[in-house]
Amino acid sequence: MTEVKTVMLSPCFIKVDGMKIFNGSINDAYRTLINDYPKFFKMDGLCKIGFLGAELLLRCIASEDKENAAIILFGRAGSLSTDRNYQKTISNLNNYFPSPALFVYTLANIVTGEIAIRHKIYGETSFYITEENDPQMMETVIKSVFETSNPSLILAGWVDYETENNYLAELKIVRNQKQS
Amino acid sequence: MIRKIADNIISPLGLTSEKNYQAVVSHNSALSFYEDAFGLPEPCFVSLLDRQVVSTAFNGLGGTSSYSFFEKLCILSISRALINAAIDSQRTDVVFVLSTTKGNVDSLAINLESEAGYIGVSAEKIAGFFGNPNKPIVTSNACISGVCAQIAAIRLLLAGEYKYAVVVGADVLSRFIISGFQSFKALSYENCKPYDKDRIGLNLGEAAGTMILERVDKVDSDDWIYVGSSIHNDANHISGPSRTGEGSFRVLVDILKSIRKEEIAFINAHGTATVYNDEMESIAIHRAELEEIPVNGLKGFYGHTLGAAGVIETILSMQAIDNKVILPTRGYETSGTTYHLNLSNSVRKTEKQGFIKILSGFGGSNAGIAYKKGGYND
Repeated sequence: MTEVKTVMLSPCFIKVDGMKIFNGSINDAYRTLINDYPKFFKMDGLCKIGFLGAELLLRCIASEDKENAAIILFGRAGSLSTDRNYQKTISNLNNYFPSPALFVYTLANIVTGEIAIRHKIYGETSFYITEENDPQMMETVIKSVFETSNPSLILAGWVDYETENNYLAELKIVRNQKQS
Repeated sequence: MIRKIADNIISPLGLTSEKNYQAVVSHNSALSFYEDAFGLPEPCFVSLLDRQVVSTAFNGLGGTSSYSFFEKLCILSISRALINAAIDSQRTDVVFVLSTTKGNVDSLAINLESEAGYIGVSAEKIAGFFGNPNKPIVTSNACISGVCAQIAAIRLLLAGEYKYAVVVGADVLSRFIISGFQSFKALSYENCKPYDKDRIGLNLGEAAGTMILERVDKVDSDDWIYVGSSIHNDANHISGPSRTGEGSFRVLVDILKSIRKEEIAFINAHGTATVYNDEMESIAIHRAELEEIPVNGLKGFYGHTLGAAGVIETILSMQAIDNKVILPTRGYETSGTTYHLNLSNSVRKTEKQGFIKILSGFGGSNAGIAYKKGGYND
């Protein structure tokens, strides 16, 4: 397996292949670096950081190379940040306003779906929850995806969102060495 | 090769796979109407586990009270499957894979910052109960999680990382989950009617299922063997199924590379009884040219059991073939999809030895897996 490109997003900076390219909020990063997908503002925090990271990695890749790509993401909190927000809408029956637009983001794998829609990726999309950001375990899983299915490439990595001041996305594009 | 060596289903229909199978062939269901379950302002039609029954059985394992109901349910199901498998869960070559959509999300009602809300914490408690030394993995892919967990486990086994995998799928209902589906207007307030012309929505249900898988060099003629699997995204919408069934179609095409049409007894489909899901599946099955093959859906017995669905429906499909039958689609009467499927609400006979299980869910995700009895050469 070879890492082609990496991206890291945190509240302090965005780095591509180790080079700092942006300082600022996720929304500002979107406006500065992307700014052509208004649906971005409907997304929750987890989807926003996953979407942005994927955008920086995938936008230079040809669509025929993306159609059969896989998206394999890992995280600790999953959708918990949105779960907490949704819970606030149903705790009090005198102030009860559950909404489908929020509820749909109470699923960790929605981030993989948002990326698939944007990039027309029809391959595998999976979200795994693990307690630790464990590169070795992630590599084992990613390798096993290459061994048992045949994606053109895998967008893989750690995506974890607690609050707007506490998040981390470390994503990369991985290709199967056997193919190259 | 990967074979299934033991299983268990815990549901309102029984605490063993056998009891569940008997209930389904007898056309039983625990779905019923609740005026104000979980303090919800709207009624619902759901299948609920008896908390007391599960807790009493759990206490019989020597468990303590420091486990949530969700964790007790998982532990109870795993412990029963482990007894049948006769393997030592403390071995380093055993891995635990958990499938759930929402785990302990009900704990947020008491404390928004609850540590129990982290599904990984819960998974570690569950694997820890059995003294397993490895880090558990959780698949969180909405409604397809139960098949994804099997696929993740099988991959780890095939990669030689482990010899045994304990795959558990479970979800418990709460105000959180039911209110969300109500807000989507996705629920039916009477028995759901998969693939029927009068279907109006799904029912939710609670269950846990466990499958124990083993990597082997040789298989016996009555072993259940994994033959193929696939996961695809629709790349279309985060909450609406694809109008062309794209992801599900691609899943079926992949799976047909590993099993011949004439070996397939049936496709156990998702069949949630929402207008869009069932229509989408009918399109995908037709595009894959599998319209002659019998199809069934089990949501009319259990409701949609979320993270458990892929596991319990796989186990029930295996039992059906063990008994040479195709399970009925409870709630189905008259075809209500544009492309007709080969459905029935009665038990049918089959001599075939293989089946395909498919699921689709939020996030545009689709998954499928095929198993066959008796190995590759029959």
